[in-house]
Amino acid sequence: MSIWEYANPTKFLRTSARVMPMLWVASAVLIIGGLIWGFFFTPDDYRQGSTVKIIYLHVPSALMAINAWFMMLVASLIWVIRRHHVSALAAKAAAPVGIVMTLIALITGAIWGQPMWGTWWAWDPRLTSFLVLFLFYLGYVALWEAIDNPDTAADLTSILCLVGSVFAVLSRYAVNFWNQGLHQGASLSLDKEENVADIFAYPLWTCMAGFILLFIVLVLYRTGTEIRQRRIQALVARERLEA
Amino acid sequence: MIALLLRDLQLAFRAGGGFGLGLAFFLIVTVMVPFSVGPNSTTLGTIAPGVLWLGALLACLLSLDRLLALDWEDGSLDLLATAPLPLEGVLAVKALAHWITTGLPLVLVAPVLGVLLNLAPAGFFWITLSLLIGTPALSMIGTFGAALTVGLRRGGLLLSLLVMPLYVPTLIFGAEVARRGAAGFATETPLLMLAGITAGTLAFMPFAAAAVLRVNLR
Repeated sequence: MSIWEYANPTKFLRTSARVMPMLWVASAVLIIGGLIWGFFFTPDDYRQGSTVKIIYLHVPSALMAINAWFMMLVASLIWVIRRHHVSALAAKAAAPVGIVMTLIALITGAIWGQPMWGTWWAWDPRLTSFLVLFLFYLGYVALWEAIDNPDTAADLTSILCLVGSVFAVLSRYAVNFWNQGLHQGASLSLDKEENVADIFAYPLWTCMAGFILLFIVLVLYRTGTEIRQRRIQALVARERLEA
Repeated sequence: MIALLLRDLQLAFRAGGGFGLGLAFFLIVTVMVPFSVGPNSTTLGTIAPGVLWLGALLACLLSLDRLLALDWEDGSLDLLATAPLPLEGVLAVKALAHWITTGLPLVLVAPVLGVLLNLAPAGFFWITLSLLIGTPALSMIGTFGAALTVGLRRGGLLLSLLVMPLYVPTLIFGAEVARRGAAGFATETPLLMLAGITAGTLAFMPFAAAAVLRVNLR
């Protein structure tokens, strides 16, 4: 039993079909439960008032925006090294989800920033690097869309993902250097004194778990769609060859 | 390698090679800036380093689609790929040729255009130096982008979308050097970072570019 068994598309489809219903339910329960918990059963923050509650969408989406790219990087590496088609298709499937997560993080951040910082947008390092990440996602998806041959597309996009990751990290440090921030630092570490208060943190952890599961199930679902689309293309090509 | 470099340079300099187009574009962008932000010389002086860097970056970007496309169309790229010279070397030489025909003229012209934008006297040295160090990275990253999109029909616009995010660190540190230099602050840190990015790019990017070009030539 090894993880490489799932490089077989049929095996992948069968297993993902079995686990997906559970994941859908679990992520829905966690997200809905976490949001209701956060919105109605936590007190208002003593300085930020009720605006603090957007944190339950902002932080989980930002978490997944970065980790979606990281997952694409791992999947691209697997494609480059071991050439499993499912891996390339999973990277392709994750990109639009990552775009949406980045957009949610940017938009909820703007809505939160307006009452708190008095501005929708500032060229703060964190905000800027998220915008740059968004551009990287756009380029990646555009390259997938532009190339007809699926194997060529998988090769080129995976190398773009590897090179892009290096430059995304460089950009992160560059913008850090370039401007001082408005955005607070990390406040959810396990080992720090100054964290979000527990009463806000528990529903937040719940929402984050829900978003992680949602991302996984969306990627599984979209990968399955991509595999089936690839099969249809192969069938059509064979028809044309025989006709 | 030297023969290839000479060939590329000759093709660029002779009729129809498009040499000078990037330069003209740089000039026109710089001239357009006062029209859009107004002739106030204090404002122009403040934004001059950034405008010069952005103009140089766009001029580089604009000339990228010709970098490999012509050789791709007439098949000489296939010959180069099967030649004894490693493809990494071919692409490094092509980037060098692009830099000599596009980047170097931009570096030389930038101080002149700085006069038009009322750049602070202290800034002339730094804008030239930062462009001199930064533009090789722009050419090399651009070569990667050109290799990525060489076989595509609508490659031009996509090329900009792919290459621009990769230009972000170079632009930030390069413009920072020029801005700090013009304002009379210390420039060591961004200058070292800029040089580091250029050195790293020149060392690793030929391999990435050759890898994608091999896929495209398959």
